[in-house]
Amino acid sequence: MTRPLLLTGGHLLDPSIGLDGIGDLLLMDGMVAAVGGNIAGPDDAERIDCGGEYVTPGFIDVHCHLREPGREDVETIATGARAAAAGGFTAVCAMPNTDPVTDNQAAVGFIRAQAAKANASRVYPIGSISVGMNGAQLSEMGEMVAAGAVAVSDDGRPVVSAQLMRTALEYARTFGIPVADHCEEPTLAHGGAMNEGVISARLGLKGIPSESEEIMVIRDILLARRTGGRVHLCHMSTWGSVELIRWGKERGIPVTAEVCPHHLTLTEDRVGQYDTNAKMNPPLRTQKDVDALVAALKDGTIDCVATDHAPHHNDEKNREFSDAPNGIVGLETALSVLMTWLVAPGVISLSQLVDKMSCAPARVFGLPGGTLRRGAIADVTVLNPTASWTVKGADFKSKGRNSPWLGSTLSGRVSQCIVAGRQVHTRTIAS
Amino acid sequence: MTGLGKDLLDLESLSAEQITAILDTAEPLKAISLRAIKKVPTLRGETIVNLFFEASTRTRVSFEFAEKRMSADAVNVAIGNSSVSKGETLVDTARNLEAMKIDMVVIRHQASGAARFLAERIESNVINAGDGTHEHPTQGLLDLLTLRDKWGTLKGKRVCLCGDVLHSRVARSNIHGLRKLGAEVAVCGPRSLLPNGAEEALGVTVFDRIEAAIEWADALNILRLQLERMTSGYIPSLREYNRVFGVTRERLDRAPRDLLILHPGPMNRGVEIDSDVADGPHSLILDQVTNGVAVRMAVLYLLRGGRPDLAAAGTAAGE
Amino acid sequence: MQAYCAPMTATQTILDARACERTLRRMADEIVERTAGTESLVLVGIQRRGVQLAARLASLIEEREGRPVPRGALDITLYRDDLQTVGPRPLVGATELPVDIDGKQVVIVDDVLYTGRTVRAALDELADFGRPARILLAVLIDRGGQELPIRADVIGKVVTVPAGSQVDVRVAELDGDDTVIVGPARSRGA
Repeated sequence: MTRPLLLTGGHLLDPSIGLDGIGDLLLMDGMVAAVGGNIAGPDDAERIDCGGEYVTPGFIDVHCHLREPGREDVETIATGARAAAAGGFTAVCAMPNTDPVTDNQAAVGFIRAQAAKANASRVYPIGSISVGMNGAQLSEMGEMVAAGAVAVSDDGRPVVSAQLMRTALEYARTFGIPVADHCEEPTLAHGGAMNEGVISARLGLKGIPSESEEIMVIRDILLARRTGGRVHLCHMSTWGSVELIRWGKERGIPVTAEVCPHHLTLTEDRVGQYDTNAKMNPPLRTQKDVDALVAALKDGTIDCVATDHAPHHNDEKNREFSDAPNGIVGLETALSVLMTWLVAPGVISLSQLVDKMSCAPARVFGLPGGTLRRGAIADVTVLNPTASWTVKGADFKSKGRNSPWLGSTLSGRVSQCIVAGRQVHTRTIAS
Repeated sequence: MTGLGKDLLDLESLSAEQITAILDTAEPLKAISLRAIKKVPTLRGETIVNLFFEASTRTRVSFEFAEKRMSADAVNVAIGNSSVSKGETLVDTARNLEAMKIDMVVIRHQASGAARFLAERIESNVINAGDGTHEHPTQGLLDLLTLRDKWGTLKGKRVCLCGDVLHSRVARSNIHGLRKLGAEVAVCGPRSLLPNGAEEALGVTVFDRIEAAIEWADALNILRLQLERMTSGYIPSLREYNRVFGVTRERLDRAPRDLLILHPGPMNRGVEIDSDVADGPHSLILDQVTNGVAVRMAVLYLLRGGRPDLAAAGTAAGE
Repeated sequence: MQAYCAPMTATQTILDARACERTLRRMADEIVERTAGTESLVLVGIQRRGVQLAARLASLIEEREGRPVPRGALDITLYRDDLQTVGPRPLVGATELPVDIDGKQVVIVDDVLYTGRTVRAALDELADFGRPARILLAVLIDRGGQELPIRADVIGKVVTVPAGSQVDVRVAELDGDDTVIVGPARSRGA
């Protein structure tokens, strides 16, 4: 039995229950036992002084790639779960594009077992939509949900067949899980290495047009309308997608969407002279897209932030741009990047950010947590709003070093990550 | 500033002064090819590797002539596409070259940005001999030299690049170089072979009809049409391409002025260019080949000067 | 011919326009004497000011002998032995030899003879064009300080200056007037 934890003097910030002020938080038996005001707490409680810091419900990342099984040289469930904790994520959802694919209950069980051993943040498996992500035959969703899967997705690949997507949306209704889609029309995107536009034309790189995403976004929304299934749109990157989602939500169609920190802050200019740490799919777009995505996050058109954490080996990234793999790591920089780019300039409030990183993802995927309400699971993030730090690959808990923010100085940092009432990550921040 | 720095990777990042310095240097070097002994000792003892990941006879031969006329020791390394995909990475290739203590690398590679990638990882000078669909700076320079020889200046002249601009590294280098030296640049071809938004991205005028381009231009640089563009669905057929976009004698005859004709080669006669145009009186295609050697000699000469550490200590013994 | 000892601090004109004119006339005469006429004579100036001096000498010889004298220009940049140490690269000028030099009497003309390295380069370059019967060297100023076994055959004026001081030959075609100026060393890299 872990000792009770009493977080004292912190600024409690939880939009799910309208909490925004100084107060104590008591965690006992893995649950929130008391919240707000001065709490005496049991004698055996461990006290943590949170003066000058914010205490928020633990962040939840509904989209990351932990590479195990198959590429343990790049990331494991354990290193991924520790990276999550270091970034303030008390829970992450692991995409199924591993080798082998998470397309059956045994694979789901393996992830849960590895996560339990890691003793860090929670890891919720996402099962694949199709067997082997082959885009043909539905995976056994019922079995996977029973084993602990929280959603299905073929992320990394789009669901090319509209008929398969339709069936998945219909079938998933029985289990009440969202079907998360990587929206990419493959014939338009084929061979693309970055956003199609001014920079791709100059660099001589094949572009990925916005329409490749948007065509699939509207297809999925229309199929959700037809089927009543819940579609979740992964890593939205274009202003056109935002308009289409808005159209769908206005009509009451069951669609939710996520956006990544990099798409909220960086543009295609970041590719510079073929920097492979700015190569991801969907690619970095234009300022117009960034502005639309930020506005959509603020107004709720886009529901939540997700990292699309995608570690790659240095050797794989250290090659010609067109041949380098897509993706960047994001778990350990997400909060600080968004505090630096969005909260510090006053674009969104810290409370809104906590909503998008904790309460909303819990809601969208139907996960426990995302709140400090009494009786909720004791998943808590403590963050220091003024800490300034420089991103160094060697400091990452993740095995991946592929970040476009290496060398950047960011403000705001996670100081505590508490899962089920236990500290899984503690960082002393010099003040 | 006439110096080029360590590498020649593209024309986009060069200044008009730097480009002019290369052309001005190439001019006197042309005469070396006319001497009894077609060789100067300038790069004696320098080792150059011609690293070709893509087959290219004319560019490689042109570089090899340039290197030999400057007395460098040149080694050709041809790496076919297939052996790369199963073999070593470009990083390993770079490390191996570095270990062999070579002075300069001329690289042709199928990936855009490959020359810069190599240049950032080795001390030796790197010359881009064509990287993917990005740039082919020495081809751009030789085209500029060929036109400047005819016109004296490129200022205010109108040059249209015709054909597959989308996949053409020659087009990009030409566009940047021509614009920096004050020419007006247009592109003409089926929109499926032009970069989307070419006007904004590359600062060019776009013509949909070859007739309009011919009426506008002082010179046409006719790009090679890769035959696989047809099978991959960019154009319906070579026959129709010639009908709609081919540069023919008949079309040129209707032009308000005589147009100069360039083609980087190898030509598809009867597709993008008709034989009587290619071999006609205004064709500069063979001048391009001659100028190619001189321009490459100039680049080899200008790049090797990057030893400011020694310059500070040395005396101007040539005075 | 008497040596001139230049002061080390101030700039001083050692040949003015009229003195240059007289010196070139004497050099022209001496060239014709040494080559025993103009039969196979070719004057080749080293870029840059040697080219103008060669042209002057050729005109003076033509005036005197009444026969055309072919003249050429030699740019020795690509033959320099210090290209590894200077940077950025010096500009390359034109080399133009109007006639075949095989079997000819070639006179290399330069403004100042100093280390001898330029002349070494010029000899190498000429050898790439052919095999002259004889090569002579004519210089307006011989300032001493040769680092190679090279000497001039025809000399306008011998000047003794400390190493490092500057000898500037100005020619009307490029500089507006004909003068030779001696001065202290210029500061480098400023």
